[in-house]
Amino acid sequence: MDRVKQLDLASLSVREVNQFLHHGLAGSGIEQIDIVNPDGVHSIAAGLDGDFDVDIRGHAGYYIAGMNKRARVTIHGNVGWSVAENIMSGSVRVKGHASECAGASGHGGLVVIEGDASSRCGISMKGCDIVVGGSVGHFSAFMGQAGTLVVCGDAGPHLGDSLYEATIYVRGDIQSFGADAQQEDMQAEDGDTVSRLLAVAAIDGDPNQFKRVASARRLYHWNAAVPQEY
Amino acid sequence: MIDCMGTRGSDSAGLAVFHEPLDAAHRRFSLYVSDRHYDWQTFRDDFVLAADNDSEFHTVHNHATVICDLDVASFKSWLSGSRPEVRLLSVGRSIGVYKDEGHPRDIAQRFGFADLKGTHAVGHTRMATESAVSPAHAHPFTAGEDFCLVHNGSLSNPHSVRRKLEKKGITFETDNDAEAGCRFLEWRLSEGDSLDSALEMAFRELDGFYTFLMATADTLVLVRDGFACKPAVVAETDAYVAVGSEFRSLAHLPAIEDANVFEPAPEQIYSWTV
Repeated sequence: MDRVKQLDLASLSVREVNQFLHHGLAGSGIEQIDIVNPDGVHSIAAGLDGDFDVDIRGHAGYYIAGMNKRARVTIHGNVGWSVAENIMSGSVRVKGHASECAGASGHGGLVVIEGDASSRCGISMKGCDIVVGGSVGHFSAFMGQAGTLVVCGDAGPHLGDSLYEATIYVRGDIQSFGADAQQEDMQAEDGDTVSRLLAVAAIDGDPNQFKRVASARRLYHWNAAVPQEY
Repeated sequence: MIDCMGTRGSDSAGLAVFHEPLDAAHRRFSLYVSDRHYDWQTFRDDFVLAADNDSEFHTVHNHATVICDLDVASFKSWLSGSRPEVRLLSVGRSIGVYKDEGHPRDIAQRFGFADLKGTHAVGHTRMATESAVSPAHAHPFTAGEDFCLVHNGSLSNPHSVRRKLEKKGITFETDNDAEAGCRFLEWRLSEGDSLDSALEMAFRELDGFYTFLMATADTLVLVRDGFACKPAVVAETDAYVAVGSEFRSLAHLPAIEDANVFEPAPEQIYSWTV
């Protein structure tokens, strides 16, 4: 029995592909699924739950590998909005660039964007780890609650706006910080975290070159004494 | 591309095609009428009689194109006086516009988009959110000569922009927010601004979410609002530039695998000259 199966989106619908990934793998002995001709369509490999590899060969659309559990999904191209949104575990790797909201609301697992990620990368992240080989756009890690965002390039405006307990590490320039985000000194454990995440992401880098960004926690409590204008 | 993007907007669609420019004396007028069985022959006969010129006519369904050397003001005056039911969609030496209600695929077939020829084109598929579904509310919007705009998003201050422009004598045809953006930019161009400086002013004056794709007789221009709330993807090759809301609509273009595919940054002006 073949361990590898190819699914062609030129002849199958996304629903057919995803139904196979959800229900057709049990007991089949298939360990790797190659999906060809993605051509920018949405929701490929969304909602997976299993110990197998999925390779998407080409540029894909929105919501790729959303809600992923345990599976290892690799996109050999660019992706549209919200790749790996709400990822629970496993890993999602984008060999090209990712559009907005990569890893949005992710609870666990690893998201690797080898190229650039656009704005709002890691928005509302809740415990996943995101490693971006290139740069991230504006409002990245907005309202990040837990987890780690590692950016090997530059960060756009308003990095970490309204940040909770997610931690951000940036190697390059930070255009501006969002409300309540601040740069902090790198401690030994920060270097260890960056080292570990770069290693699992298989991206080269010297942890000593990174800056730590975290919440100043000034927004945690309402301060009625500060004049507010709405 | 229009067929593919029908999944994003399926209530109406439109296309502006920029043809090889006419000589300085001639204009191309694109006309539309809601009556799908309109008597274009009588329209033509009356127009030739009144204008006494060597006009060229093309009709397709409820659209017509008139190419003639009548000046724009005289044409508009004749149209509003003699054929008030006919709407002028566009005027210029290059631009031709088609727009209608229905699924984008059907509209593309109805008007033979696949057979149109030109240097560049701007298309739009619409899912109405802020104003009515009608051919007049469909995009592209035009203003002045050889200028059009399509919009993905919603402006939050179209009415104040409109009031400001109406005080300057600029008239509107619909209550659509994209028309406000279109007329604002054309107003700046007519005041002598370059497209870049017109857009810098638009970044300050227009509030809301937008990706605008605009065209003049020789230029294609793309901008996104400061928050980049609405998508856009660009594919550049040696042979062509294509812009779409999603890569899906570009995926089947020739040699797309060799194209430089990128997402435009917020509040950055991207322009390409034909």
